[in-house]
Amino acid sequence: MVAIVDYGVGNLFSLKSSLDAIGADVVVTSEEDVLRSADHILLPGVGAFEDAANKLRATGLDRVVIEEARAGKPLLGICLGMQMLFDKSYEYGEHAGLGLIPGEVRPIAEKIPSDLKIPQIGWNALRFHGTSPLFKYIKDGDYVYFVHSYAAMDCEESVIADTEYGAYLTAAVARDNVFGCQFHPEKSGPVGLAILRAFVEYKREG
Amino acid sequence: MITKRIIPCLDVKNGRVVKGVNFLGLNDVSSPVELAKYYSDCGADELVFYDITASAEGRALFTDILCEVARTIFIPLTVGGGINTLDDFDRVLKCGADKVSVNSGAIRNPDLVYEAAKRYGNQCVVISADVKRVDGVFRVFAKGGRENTGMEAISWIRRCVDNGAGEVVLNSIDTDGVKQGFDLEMLDAVCRAVDVPVIASGGAGSMDDFVTLFKTLPGVDAGLAASIFHFGEVAIPDLKRRLADEGIPMRL
Repeated sequence: MVAIVDYGVGNLFSLKSSLDAIGADVVVTSEEDVLRSADHILLPGVGAFEDAANKLRATGLDRVVIEEARAGKPLLGICLGMQMLFDKSYEYGEHAGLGLIPGEVRPIAEKIPSDLKIPQIGWNALRFHGTSPLFKYIKDGDYVYFVHSYAAMDCEESVIADTEYGAYLTAAVARDNVFGCQFHPEKSGPVGLAILRAFVEYKREG
Repeated sequence: MITKRIIPCLDVKNGRVVKGVNFLGLNDVSSPVELAKYYSDCGADELVFYDITASAEGRALFTDILCEVARTIFIPLTVGGGINTLDDFDRVLKCGADKVSVNSGAIRNPDLVYEAAKRYGNQCVVISADVKRVDGVFRVFAKGGRENTGMEAISWIRRCVDNGAGEVVLNSIDTDGVKQGFDLEMLDAVCRAVDVPVIASGGAGSMDDFVTLFKTLPGVDAGLAASIFHFGEVAIPDLKRRLADEGIPMRL
Protein backbone atom coordinates (compact mmCIF):
# COMPACT_ATOMS: atom_id res chain seq x y z
CA MET A 1 0.00 0.00 0.00
CA VAL A 2 1.17 3.51 -0.91
CA ALA A 3 0.42 6.24 1.61
CA ILE A 4 0.21 9.91 0.60
CA VAL A 5 0.99 12.08 3.60
CA ASP A 6 -1.88 14.51 4.18
CA TYR A 7 -0.71 17.35 6.40
CA GLY A 8 -3.09 20.03 5.21
CA VAL A 9 -1.00 21.43 2.40
CA GLY A 10 -2.41 21.63 -1.09
CA ASN A 11 -4.67 19.40 -2.95
CA LEU A 12 -3.96 15.72 -3.24
CA PHE A 13 -6.69 14.85 -5.73
CA SER A 14 -4.42 14.70 -8.79
CA LEU A 15 -1.68 12.80 -7.02
CA LYS A 16 -4.10 10.20 -5.72
CA SER A 17 -5.75 9.95 -9.15
CA SER A 18 -2.40 9.35 -10.82
CA LEU A 19 -1.65 6.46 -8.46
CA ASP A 20 -5.13 5.06 -9.02
CA ALA A 21 -4.41 5.26 -12.75
CA ILE A 22 -1.35 3.02 -12.46
CA GLY A 23 -3.31 0.54 -10.37
CA ALA A 24 -1.56 1.26 -7.08
CA ASP A 25 -3.27 0.57 -3.77
CA VAL A 26 -3.20 4.13 -2.45
CA VAL A 27 -4.48 5.94 0.62
CA VAL A 28 -4.36 9.59 1.60
CA THR A 29 -3.67 9.70 5.30
CA SER A 30 -2.69 11.77 8.27
CA GLU A 31 -2.60 8.72 10.57
CA GLU A 32 0.71 7.59 12.00
CA ASP A 33 -0.37 3.93 12.02
CA VAL A 34 -1.21 4.01 8.32
CA LEU A 35 2.17 5.50 7.46
CA ARG A 36 3.89 2.89 9.60
CA SER A 37 2.09 0.04 7.85
CA ALA A 38 2.46 1.43 4.32
CA ASP A 39 4.96 -0.09 1.90
CA HIS A 40 5.73 3.25 0.26
CA ILE A 41 5.32 6.85 1.40
CA LEU A 42 4.69 9.85 -0.83
CA LEU A 43 5.37 13.29 0.61
CA PRO A 44 3.65 15.97 -1.50
CA GLY A 45 3.77 19.72 -0.98
CA VAL A 46 2.96 23.06 -2.54
CA GLY A 47 3.24 26.62 -1.33
CA ALA A 48 5.84 28.09 0.98
CA PHE A 49 8.52 25.99 2.68
CA GLU A 50 8.15 27.45 6.17
CA ASP A 51 4.39 27.06 6.24
CA ALA A 52 4.52 23.49 4.93
CA ALA A 53 7.34 22.42 7.25
CA ASN A 54 5.50 23.90 10.24
CA LYS A 55 2.31 22.10 9.31
CA LEU A 56 4.13 18.80 8.89
CA ARG A 57 5.76 19.23 12.31
CA ALA A 58 2.46 20.25 13.89
CA THR A 59 0.99 16.90 12.87
CA GLY A 60 3.98 15.04 14.28
CA LEU A 61 4.21 13.16 11.00
CA ASP A 62 7.67 14.59 10.27
CA ARG A 63 9.07 12.24 12.92
CA VAL A 64 7.20 9.28 11.45
CA VAL A 65 8.40 10.02 7.92
CA ILE A 66 12.01 10.37 9.11
CA GLU A 67 11.91 7.17 11.16
CA GLU A 68 10.29 5.11 8.42
CA ALA A 69 12.72 6.43 5.80
CA ARG A 70 15.71 5.72 8.04
CA ALA A 71 14.36 2.21 8.58
CA GLY A 72 14.51 1.69 4.82
CA LYS A 73 10.95 2.34 3.65
CA PRO A 74 10.81 3.85 0.15
CA LEU A 75 9.92 7.55 0.32
CA LEU A 76 9.26 9.93 -2.56
CA GLY A 77 9.02 13.68 -2.02
CA ILE A 78 7.35 15.71 -4.73
CA CYS A 79 7.99 19.41 -5.46
CA LEU A 80 8.00 21.12 -2.05
CA GLY A 81 7.85 17.64 -0.52
CA MET A 82 11.18 16.96 -2.24
CA GLN A 83 12.66 20.21 -0.99
CA MET A 84 11.71 19.25 2.57
CA LEU A 85 13.91 16.15 2.37
CA PHE A 86 17.00 18.38 2.57
CA ASP A 87 18.78 19.87 5.58
CA LYS A 88 17.42 23.37 5.16
CA SER A 89 15.81 25.93 2.90
CA TYR A 90 16.51 29.61 2.39
CA GLU A 91 13.00 30.47 1.22
CA TYR A 92 12.15 33.68 3.12
CA GLY A 93 14.62 33.11 5.93
CA GLU A 94 16.32 29.91 6.96
CA HIS A 95 14.25 26.85 7.82
CA ALA A 96 15.16 23.33 8.80
CA GLY A 97 14.07 20.44 6.60
CA LEU A 98 13.87 16.74 7.41
CA GLY A 99 17.59 16.20 6.90
CA LEU A 100 17.20 12.95 4.95
CA ILE A 101 19.35 14.14 2.04
CA PRO A 102 22.39 16.42 2.48
CA GLY A 103 22.00 19.75 0.74
CA GLU A 104 19.98 22.92 0.88
CA VAL A 105 17.23 24.67 -1.03
CA ARG A 106 17.96 28.08 -2.49
CA PRO A 107 16.39 30.50 -5.01
CA ILE A 108 16.93 29.52 -8.64
CA ALA A 109 17.60 33.24 -9.20
CA GLU A 110 21.07 32.59 -7.75
CA LYS A 111 21.95 30.38 -10.69
CA ILE A 112 20.00 31.42 -13.75
CA PRO A 113 20.37 34.50 -16.00
CA SER A 114 18.22 37.43 -14.94
CA ASP A 115 16.22 37.51 -18.19
CA LEU A 116 14.59 34.13 -17.47
CA LYS A 117 11.19 34.07 -15.85
CA ILE A 118 10.72 32.92 -12.27
CA PRO A 119 9.12 30.58 -11.39
CA GLN A 120 10.14 28.12 -14.05
CA ILE A 121 6.72 26.99 -15.28
CA GLY A 122 6.42 24.38 -17.97
CA TRP A 123 7.83 21.24 -19.55
CA ASN A 124 11.55 20.69 -19.43
CA ALA A 125 13.84 17.78 -20.24
CA LEU A 126 15.55 15.51 -17.73
CA ARG A 127 19.30 14.95 -18.00
CA PHE A 128 20.19 11.76 -16.16
CA HIS A 129 23.14 11.42 -13.84
CA GLY A 130 23.89 7.71 -13.98
CA THR A 131 21.02 5.29 -13.56
CA SER A 132 18.23 5.19 -11.03
CA PRO A 133 15.48 2.66 -10.30
CA LEU A 134 13.09 5.63 -10.45
CA PHE A 135 13.82 6.04 -14.15
CA LYS A 136 13.67 2.43 -15.26
CA TYR A 137 10.69 3.09 -17.56
CA ILE A 138 11.77 6.45 -18.99
CA LYS A 139 14.74 7.76 -20.93
CA ASP A 140 17.21 10.58 -20.74
CA GLY A 141 15.72 13.67 -22.39
CA ASP A 142 12.11 12.89 -21.50
CA TYR A 143 10.02 15.90 -20.55
CA VAL A 144 8.36 16.57 -17.20
CA TYR A 145 6.34 19.46 -15.82
CA PHE A 146 7.97 21.97 -13.45
CA VAL A 147 6.61 24.81 -11.33
CA HIS A 148 9.25 26.16 -8.95
CA SER A 149 11.22 29.19 -7.82
CA TYR A 150 13.63 27.30 -5.54
CA ALA A 151 15.88 24.33 -6.16
CA ALA A 152 18.10 21.95 -4.22
CA MET A 153 21.79 22.88 -4.30
CA ASP A 154 25.01 21.51 -2.81
CA CYS A 155 23.63 18.00 -3.18
CA GLU A 156 25.67 16.74 -6.16
CA GLU A 157 26.16 13.21 -4.84
CA SER A 158 22.37 12.69 -4.61
CA VAL A 159 21.35 14.16 -7.98
CA ILE A 160 19.91 11.57 -10.38
CA ALA A 161 18.67 14.11 -12.93
CA ASP A 162 18.92 17.80 -13.61
CA THR A 163 17.27 20.13 -16.10
CA GLU A 164 18.57 23.08 -18.07
CA TYR A 165 16.91 26.43 -17.41
CA GLY A 166 19.67 28.91 -18.10
CA ALA A 167 21.71 26.75 -15.71
CA TYR A 168 21.44 23.13 -14.65
CA LEU A 169 18.95 22.83 -11.80
CA THR A 170 18.35 19.77 -9.62
CA ALA A 171 15.36 17.88 -11.01
CA ALA A 172 15.46 14.61 -9.07
CA VAL A 173 17.49 13.14 -6.22
CA ALA A 174 17.97 9.77 -4.58
CA ARG A 175 19.79 8.52 -1.54
CA ASP A 176 19.28 4.83 -0.93
CA ASN A 177 15.51 4.42 -0.40
CA VAL A 178 14.74 8.17 -0.33
CA PHE A 179 13.76 9.82 -3.62
CA GLY A 180 12.68 13.30 -4.60
CA CYS A 181 11.27 14.96 -7.74
CA GLN A 182 11.28 18.73 -8.12
CA PHE A 183 8.80 18.37 -10.99
CA HIS A 184 5.24 17.05 -10.77
CA PRO A 185 5.07 13.43 -11.97
CA GLU A 186 1.29 13.52 -11.50
CA LYS A 187 1.15 16.30 -14.14
CA SER A 188 3.82 14.97 -16.49
CA GLY A 189 1.69 12.71 -18.67
CA PRO A 190 2.82 9.14 -19.41
CA VAL A 191 6.41 9.93 -18.40
CA GLY A 192 5.27 11.03 -14.96
CA LEU A 193 3.07 7.98 -14.50
CA ALA A 194 6.02 5.78 -15.48
CA ILE A 195 8.12 7.39 -12.75
CA LEU A 196 5.39 6.79 -10.17
CA ARG A 197 5.05 3.20 -11.32
CA ALA A 198 8.80 2.67 -10.93
CA PHE A 199 8.62 4.11 -7.42
CA VAL A 200 5.77 1.89 -6.24
CA GLU A 201 7.57 -1.11 -7.71
CA TYR A 202 10.80 -0.20 -5.94
CA LYS A 203 11.61 -2.49 -3.05
CA ARG A 204 14.07 -1.85 -0.29
CA GLU A 205 17.24 -3.80 -0.60
CA GLY A 206 18.06 -6.73 1.66
CA MET B 1 15.53 23.89 -22.20
CA ILE B 2 11.98 24.77 -21.26
CA THR B 3 9.54 24.23 -24.12
CA LYS B 4 6.90 26.47 -25.58
CA ARG B 5 3.44 25.16 -24.77
CA ILE B 6 0.52 24.38 -27.07
CA ILE B 7 -2.80 24.65 -25.26
CA PRO B 8 -6.24 23.71 -26.59
CA CYS B 9 -9.14 25.52 -24.96
CA LEU B 10 -12.49 23.78 -24.43
CA ASP B 11 -15.61 25.83 -23.82
CA VAL B 12 -18.02 23.83 -21.71
CA LYS B 13 -21.71 24.54 -21.29
CA ASN B 14 -24.08 22.33 -19.32
CA GLY B 15 -21.52 19.57 -19.28
CA ARG B 16 -20.80 19.53 -23.01
CA VAL B 17 -18.07 21.04 -25.15
CA VAL B 18 -19.50 23.75 -27.37
CA LYS B 19 -18.19 25.69 -30.37
CA GLY B 20 -18.52 22.61 -32.46
CA VAL B 21 -15.95 19.93 -32.69
CA ASN B 22 -15.24 17.85 -35.72
CA PHE B 23 -13.15 14.78 -35.11
CA LEU B 24 -12.97 11.41 -36.63
CA GLY B 25 -12.51 8.52 -34.29
CA LEU B 26 -14.21 10.01 -31.28
CA ASN B 27 -17.46 8.45 -30.19
CA ASP B 28 -18.74 11.56 -28.51
CA VAL B 29 -17.08 14.73 -29.73
CA SER B 30 -18.80 16.91 -27.20
CA SER B 31 -17.74 14.88 -24.18
CA PRO B 32 -15.18 16.97 -22.28
CA VAL B 33 -13.60 13.82 -20.87
CA GLU B 34 -13.14 12.15 -24.25
CA LEU B 35 -11.82 15.33 -25.85
CA ALA B 36 -9.44 15.98 -22.99
CA LYS B 37 -8.07 12.47 -23.32
CA TYR B 38 -7.76 12.88 -27.07
CA TYR B 39 -5.78 16.11 -26.72
CA SER B 40 -3.63 14.72 -23.96
CA ASP B 41 -2.78 11.70 -26.12
CA CYS B 42 -1.99 14.08 -29.03
CA GLY B 43 0.64 15.87 -26.99
CA ALA B 44 -1.21 18.96 -25.80
CA ASP B 45 0.97 20.52 -23.09
CA GLU B 46 -1.88 21.77 -20.98
CA LEU B 47 -5.65 22.10 -21.22
CA VAL B 48 -7.91 25.03 -20.51
CA PHE B 49 -11.51 24.40 -19.55
CA TYR B 50 -13.75 27.38 -19.78
CA ASP B 51 -17.12 27.18 -18.07
CA ILE B 52 -19.61 29.26 -20.01
CA THR B 53 -22.60 27.96 -18.07
CA ALA B 54 -24.90 30.54 -16.55
CA SER B 55 -26.93 28.36 -14.20
CA ALA B 56 -26.04 26.83 -10.84
CA GLU B 57 -26.97 23.38 -12.17
CA GLY B 58 -24.59 23.82 -15.07
CA ARG B 59 -21.86 24.92 -12.70
CA ALA B 60 -22.27 21.84 -10.53
CA LEU B 61 -22.18 19.66 -13.62
CA PHE B 62 -19.00 21.43 -14.76
CA THR B 63 -17.36 20.67 -11.44
CA ASP B 64 -18.29 16.99 -11.69
CA ILE B 65 -16.86 16.82 -15.18
CA LEU B 66 -13.67 18.54 -14.11
CA CYS B 67 -13.16 15.83 -11.47
CA GLU B 68 -13.70 13.19 -14.11
CA VAL B 69 -11.18 14.85 -16.46
CA ALA B 70 -8.63 15.19 -13.66
CA ARG B 71 -9.02 11.49 -12.88
CA THR B 72 -8.39 10.61 -16.50
CA ILE B 73 -5.57 12.79 -17.77
CA PHE B 74 -2.34 13.84 -16.12
CA ILE B 75 -1.24 17.12 -17.65
CA PRO B 76 -1.80 20.59 -16.19
CA LEU B 77 -5.40 21.78 -16.17
CA THR B 78 -6.46 25.40 -16.09
CA VAL B 79 -10.04 26.34 -15.36
CA GLY B 80 -11.78 29.60 -16.11
CA GLY B 81 -15.27 31.02 -16.33
CA GLY B 82 -17.47 32.05 -13.46
CA ILE B 83 -14.56 32.56 -11.05
CA ASN B 84 -15.64 35.42 -8.81
CA THR B 85 -14.73 34.42 -5.26
CA LEU B 86 -12.20 32.43 -3.27
CA ASP B 87 -14.90 29.78 -2.90
CA ASP B 88 -14.88 29.42 -6.68
CA PHE B 89 -11.13 28.86 -6.57
CA ASP B 90 -11.60 26.30 -3.87
CA ARG B 91 -14.36 24.51 -5.76
CA VAL B 92 -12.30 23.92 -8.92
CA LEU B 93 -8.97 23.30 -7.21
CA LYS B 94 -10.54 20.52 -5.15
CA CYS B 95 -11.60 18.90 -8.41
CA GLY B 96 -8.05 18.71 -9.68
CA ALA B 97 -7.50 22.04 -11.46
CA ASP B 98 -3.91 23.25 -11.22
CA LYS B 99 -4.49 26.86 -12.17
CA VAL B 100 -7.51 29.10 -12.09
CA SER B 101 -8.05 31.81 -14.62
CA VAL B 102 -9.91 34.97 -13.61
CA ASN B 103 -11.28 37.60 -15.95
CA SER B 104 -14.45 39.54 -15.13
CA GLY B 105 -14.18 38.41 -11.51
CA ALA B 106 -10.94 40.35 -11.14
CA ILE B 107 -12.45 43.40 -12.81
CA ARG B 108 -15.41 43.38 -10.42
CA ASN B 109 -13.25 42.66 -7.38
CA PRO B 110 -9.64 43.83 -7.78
CA ASP B 111 -8.67 42.16 -4.48
CA LEU B 112 -9.54 38.70 -5.82
CA VAL B 113 -6.15 38.16 -7.49
CA TYR B 114 -4.26 39.24 -4.39
CA GLU B 115 -6.33 37.14 -2.01
CA ALA B 116 -6.19 34.05 -4.23
CA ALA B 117 -2.43 34.34 -4.78
CA LYS B 118 -1.89 34.67 -1.05
CA ARG B 119 -3.95 31.58 -0.31
CA TYR B 120 -3.03 29.29 -3.21
CA GLY B 121 0.25 30.69 -4.51
CA ASN B 122 1.03 32.88 -7.52
CA GLN B 123 1.50 29.88 -9.80
CA CYS B 124 -2.16 29.05 -9.32
CA VAL B 125 -3.61 32.39 -10.41
CA VAL B 126 -3.91 33.25 -14.08
CA ILE B 127 -5.18 36.64 -15.20
CA SER B 128 -7.10 36.34 -18.43
CA ALA B 129 -7.69 39.62 -20.23
CA ASP B 130 -9.93 40.32 -23.23
CA VAL B 131 -8.35 43.32 -24.91
CA LYS B 132 -9.41 45.46 -27.85
CA ARG B 133 -8.10 48.62 -29.45
CA VAL B 134 -10.37 51.62 -28.97
CA ASP B 135 -9.17 54.82 -30.66
CA GLY B 136 -5.66 53.41 -30.71
CA VAL B 137 -5.59 52.47 -27.02
CA PHE B 138 -5.65 48.91 -25.64
CA ARG B 139 -8.76 48.62 -23.46
CA VAL B 140 -9.88 45.82 -21.16
CA PHE B 141 -13.29 44.39 -21.98
CA ALA B 142 -15.53 42.52 -19.58
CA LYS B 143 -18.45 40.11 -19.89
CA GLY B 144 -16.95 37.95 -22.59
CA GLY B 145 -15.72 40.93 -24.58
CA ARG B 146 -19.06 42.75 -24.73
CA GLU B 147 -18.41 45.60 -22.32
CA ASN B 148 -15.63 48.19 -22.46
CA THR B 149 -14.39 48.78 -18.92
CA GLY B 150 -12.50 51.88 -20.03
CA MET B 151 -9.35 50.59 -18.30
CA GLU B 152 -6.06 50.76 -20.16
CA ALA B 153 -5.07 47.14 -20.67
CA ILE B 154 -1.31 47.06 -20.16
CA SER B 155 -1.40 48.84 -16.82
CA TRP B 156 -4.34 46.67 -15.75
CA ILE B 157 -2.44 43.48 -16.55
CA ARG B 158 0.68 44.78 -14.83
CA ARG B 159 -1.36 45.59 -11.73
CA CYS B 160 -2.79 42.05 -11.67
CA VAL B 161 0.72 40.61 -11.91
CA ASP B 162 1.90 42.92 -9.12
CA ASN B 163 -1.02 41.58 -7.08
CA GLY B 164 0.19 38.03 -7.56
CA ALA B 165 -1.07 36.67 -10.88
CA GLY B 166 1.51 34.10 -11.99
CA GLU B 167 0.55 33.93 -15.64
CA VAL B 168 -1.24 36.06 -18.22
CA VAL B 169 -3.58 34.89 -20.97
CA LEU B 170 -3.95 37.70 -23.47
CA ASN B 171 -6.94 37.32 -25.74
CA SER B 172 -7.03 39.92 -28.47
CA ILE B 173 -10.62 40.65 -29.43
CA ASP B 174 -9.30 42.35 -32.56
CA THR B 175 -7.76 39.16 -33.94
CA ASP B 176 -10.05 36.58 -32.30
CA GLY B 177 -11.98 34.55 -34.85
CA VAL B 178 -10.29 36.26 -37.80
CA LYS B 179 -7.74 33.44 -38.24
CA GLN B 180 -5.10 35.79 -39.65
CA GLY B 181 -2.56 35.28 -36.89
CA PHE B 182 -1.99 36.28 -33.30
CA ASP B 183 -1.96 39.94 -32.27
CA LEU B 184 1.80 40.40 -32.19
CA GLU B 185 1.74 44.10 -31.40
CA MET B 186 -0.53 43.66 -28.40
CA LEU B 187 1.39 40.61 -27.17
CA ASP B 188 4.69 42.45 -27.47
CA ALA B 189 3.35 45.26 -25.31
CA VAL B 190 2.29 42.77 -22.62
CA CYS B 191 5.56 40.81 -22.75
CA ARG B 192 7.49 44.05 -22.18
CA ALA B 193 5.29 44.95 -19.22
CA VAL B 194 5.37 41.73 -17.16
CA ASP B 195 7.91 39.10 -16.16
CA VAL B 196 5.55 36.14 -15.77
CA PRO B 197 4.59 33.68 -18.54
CA VAL B 198 2.40 35.11 -21.29
CA ILE B 199 -0.04 32.93 -23.21
CA ALA B 200 -1.18 34.16 -26.60
CA SER B 201 -4.82 33.69 -27.52
CA GLY B 202 -6.97 34.81 -30.41
CA GLY B 203 -6.24 34.69 -34.10
CA ALA B 204 -4.52 31.39 -34.81
CA GLY B 205 -5.54 30.19 -38.27
CA SER B 206 -2.65 27.99 -39.34
CA MET B 207 0.59 26.38 -38.25
CA ASP B 208 2.45 29.35 -39.75
CA ASP B 209 0.75 31.64 -37.24
CA PHE B 210 2.34 29.71 -34.36
CA VAL B 211 5.75 29.75 -36.06
CA THR B 212 5.48 33.52 -36.52
CA LEU B 213 4.31 33.96 -32.94
CA PHE B 214 7.22 32.16 -31.30
CA LYS B 215 9.86 33.43 -33.73
CA THR B 216 8.79 37.06 -33.53
CA LEU B 217 8.12 37.14 -29.81
CA PRO B 218 10.51 34.92 -27.84
CA GLY B 219 8.90 36.25 -24.66
CA VAL B 220 5.63 34.44 -25.39
CA ASP B 221 5.49 31.12 -23.55
CA ALA B 222 2.45 29.43 -25.02
CA GLY B 223 -0.12 29.55 -27.78
CA LEU B 224 -3.75 28.85 -27.04
CA ALA B 225 -6.46 28.07 -29.56
CA ALA B 226 -9.82 26.39 -29.78
CA SER B 227 -11.57 25.96 -33.10
CA ILE B 228 -8.56 25.23 -35.33
CA PHE B 229 -7.78 22.29 -33.08
CA HIS B 230 -11.39 21.22 -32.60
CA PHE B 231 -12.09 21.21 -36.33
CA GLY B 232 -8.88 19.42 -37.13
CA GLU B 233 -7.57 22.28 -39.29
CA VAL B 234 -4.37 22.04 -37.33
CA ALA B 235 -3.41 18.73 -35.72
CA ILE B 236 -1.36 19.18 -32.56
CA PRO B 237 1.27 16.51 -33.35
CA ASP B 238 1.88 18.09 -36.79
CA LEU B 239 2.04 21.56 -35.28
CA LYS B 240 4.54 20.55 -32.62
CA ARG B 241 6.72 18.71 -35.14
CA ARG B 242 6.68 21.75 -37.43
CA LEU B 243 7.61 24.11 -34.60
CA ALA B 244 10.43 21.79 -33.52
CA ASP B 245 11.71 21.72 -37.12
CA GLU B 246 11.74 25.52 -37.02
CA GLY B 247 14.00 25.37 -33.98
CA ILE B 248 11.38 26.17 -31.37
CA PRO B 249 11.73 24.05 -28.22
CA MET B 250 8.86 21.57 -28.05
CA ARG B 251 7.95 18.50 -26.04
CA LEU B 252 7.54 15.82 -28.68
